[in-house]
Amino acid sequence: MNGYGGNILRVNLTTGKTIKEPTPPELARDFIGGRGFGAYLLFKEVPQGADPLGPENKLIISSGPLAGLMIPGAGKCDFTCKSPLTGGYASSSLGGMFTAELKYAGIDSIILDGISPKPVYLFIDDDKIELRDAASLWGKGTIGVEKELKEKLGEEFQIAVIGPGGENGVSYACINHDYGREAGRGGVGTVMGVKKVKAIAVHGTQSIPVADVEGYRKAGMALFKVCKEADGLKPWQDYGTTIVVSWCDEVGALPTRNFSAGSFEGGKTLYGPVMREQIVITDKGCFGCPSPCGKYSRMKRYNTNVEGPEYETIGMLGSNLGIPDIQDVAQANLLCDDLGVDTISTGACISWAMECYEKGILTMQDTDGLELKFGNVEAVFKLIEKIARREGFGALLAQGVKKASKKTGQGSEKFAIQVKGMEQSAYATHNATAMLLAYMTCDVGAHHNRAWAITYDLQVGRDLVKPEKVARVIWLQNFRPMFDVLGACRLQWVELGIDRDLYVPALEAITGVRRTWEDLEKVGERIWNLTRLYWARENAGFGREWDQPAPRFYLEPPKTGVTAGQITKYEDAQKLLDMYYEQRGWTPAGLPTPETLSRLGLASLVA
Amino acid sequence: MRLYVDNAKCSGCRACLVACSLNLFEENNPKKAALRLIPHFPAPGVFEMKVCTQCGKCADECPTGAIKKNDRGAYYVDFSECTLCEACVPVCPEDVMFVRAELADAAWKCDLCGDCVSVCGMSALWIADEAAAA
Repeated sequence: MNGYGGNILRVNLTTGKTIKEPTPPELARDFIGGRGFGAYLLFKEVPQGADPLGPENKLIISSGPLAGLMIPGAGKCDFTCKSPLTGGYASSSLGGMFTAELKYAGIDSIILDGISPKPVYLFIDDDKIELRDAASLWGKGTIGVEKELKEKLGEEFQIAVIGPGGENGVSYACINHDYGREAGRGGVGTVMGVKKVKAIAVHGTQSIPVADVEGYRKAGMALFKVCKEADGLKPWQDYGTTIVVSWCDEVGALPTRNFSAGSFEGGKTLYGPVMREQIVITDKGCFGCPSPCGKYSRMKRYNTNVEGPEYETIGMLGSNLGIPDIQDVAQANLLCDDLGVDTISTGACISWAMECYEKGILTMQDTDGLELKFGNVEAVFKLIEKIARREGFGALLAQGVKKASKKTGQGSEKFAIQVKGMEQSAYATHNATAMLLAYMTCDVGAHHNRAWAITYDLQVGRDLVKPEKVARVIWLQNFRPMFDVLGACRLQWVELGIDRDLYVPALEAITGVRRTWEDLEKVGERIWNLTRLYWARENAGFGREWDQPAPRFYLEPPKTGVTAGQITKYEDAQKLLDMYYEQRGWTPAGLPTPETLSRLGLASLVA
Repeated sequence: MRLYVDNAKCSGCRACLVACSLNLFEENNPKKAALRLIPHFPAPGVFEMKVCTQCGKCADECPTGAIKKNDRGAYYVDFSECTLCEACVPVCPEDVMFVRAELADAAWKCDLCGDCVSVCGMSALWIADEAAAA
């Protein structure tokens, strides 16, 4: 099938059996690839009520039709499963080289099913597929294991690996690749860990077939040309996502001390140019990327290297913990990566614990003697380790901030910054209604990347509560995740501002199927609605209550910074939801109507 | 004319490799590219790229005369005349003469098509006269 690896690899870890079957053309037609494949396969194949940590849950790893091809940033891989963090849909995107290598091995998706009786790693070398013993790798950090496997198998192998966090059942464990790329969110690494899969090593030597070689070459070259000529190329190459640290600080969106404010008095020493000057040694791109946001850094103080930190990590392990030093943040980043825990959720859990400590809700007796004041770097390092090992106080935080705050009580739920059980990523939304709505309605919990609407808030008026804002969020939610479906990065469109229509002839030449963005957005809407149905199927009473923002954003205006005294009213958040449900074609309770399902071709799937 | 690389600018993205394989073989297959990327990670954390200098030692060594000059002045492998003897491989000072019998039934090398330069977003690759570059 043009544009595809051509096969779905099923791995039953309980029995050790592996089966390759052809990728169904109708799956490619209706869901295209990547996140679309994941959402469909999760809905169809993981039985209702499956325990996220049980054998029935599946980890579905999918490439897309642009991945591995001569297309800018064609290096995106989707990891989907039932989330052990939220109990709903989890989908996390991984950059790097892994997705391309899957395609060169003739694979579009890997479906990991069951639970292995002992630690294994999945070995794929074109058609040679084996589960190999991983007893000697179990317990080790991700970076050392990747290096060990590359030395043993060869540099051309691409490795996805979990750390102790995934082995030990931390609810937000991640999957690491290429010494610093992560599928970070929702506990995809937790599911890999419970299945006892330490790593996946893949190597492929096959070409990816395309429908029209000349047309594809021309369209691919045209995409690279506009990227290279874009005004925004140089600053993005220099700073990557850290370019927004200063902007967020200035507009009051930089999470500070557990989102109690949006500007950090120590922010300036975390800005992109400071990081570039102090620690960055190499730019590091994902597959085919002309504008690499990956920055490889050296921390002289610690004598260590890390890929990063990128913006989210700077926010969550820097300003949100009251830490103003980029080397300290980078070192915390390295600990999280090597131990295999998501930097965003880890940072959020620690910032919540710090607020509890400063308010006297938790004392040193609770925290194993750690003085959890904001800014205490040593305590943060120790706590990351404790979380990953689920040791002592770390075991409480390893469950995620929703469960930890529920157990702790004493009003701490009100400053647990999460939606649907997922910790909010690094945009403070005290007064940014579109971004707040984006977090409230995001399909995995409070994650930013489906609808990065905060710039729109600033453009049109941050406190506006109007249908246009809601429409913008919905459009972004339908459109942006399509890049995760296609297997390419969205940032060339977002940050370099290239014309998205340039992808249309490329996709057509590659797959032989013409799809306009209007068609693609409809697929995006289909996936969005399917995942909404998945949440409802797995959670009795699912609906509006699951879409509520963290109370801090309507109860406690920041005392400092540019958003001091500003807040979104609770009633306004509800108005936003009303408009959102209506525009989506959902009931007032927040569920797709039969008409909407029928319009999107989902009626038969859910009948 | 020859291809040059500035390793300090390379981000290891491999766009050059897939563009190269597409031009040489009409394949999307970085394993069949005529540049060699050597990542050095996790330490020291740098990319090393090897490119053909068009020194011609491979052509001098080739017993069948399969390595010829094209109209760009670059040495290329005439696939129909290559016998996969591998004589060219050890004499290449940059380790960018490729023979992988499982992947192709001829040796391959850089023919200076320039597609790698076109897709390199970091401007780490360029083509210039040796005289001008010196």
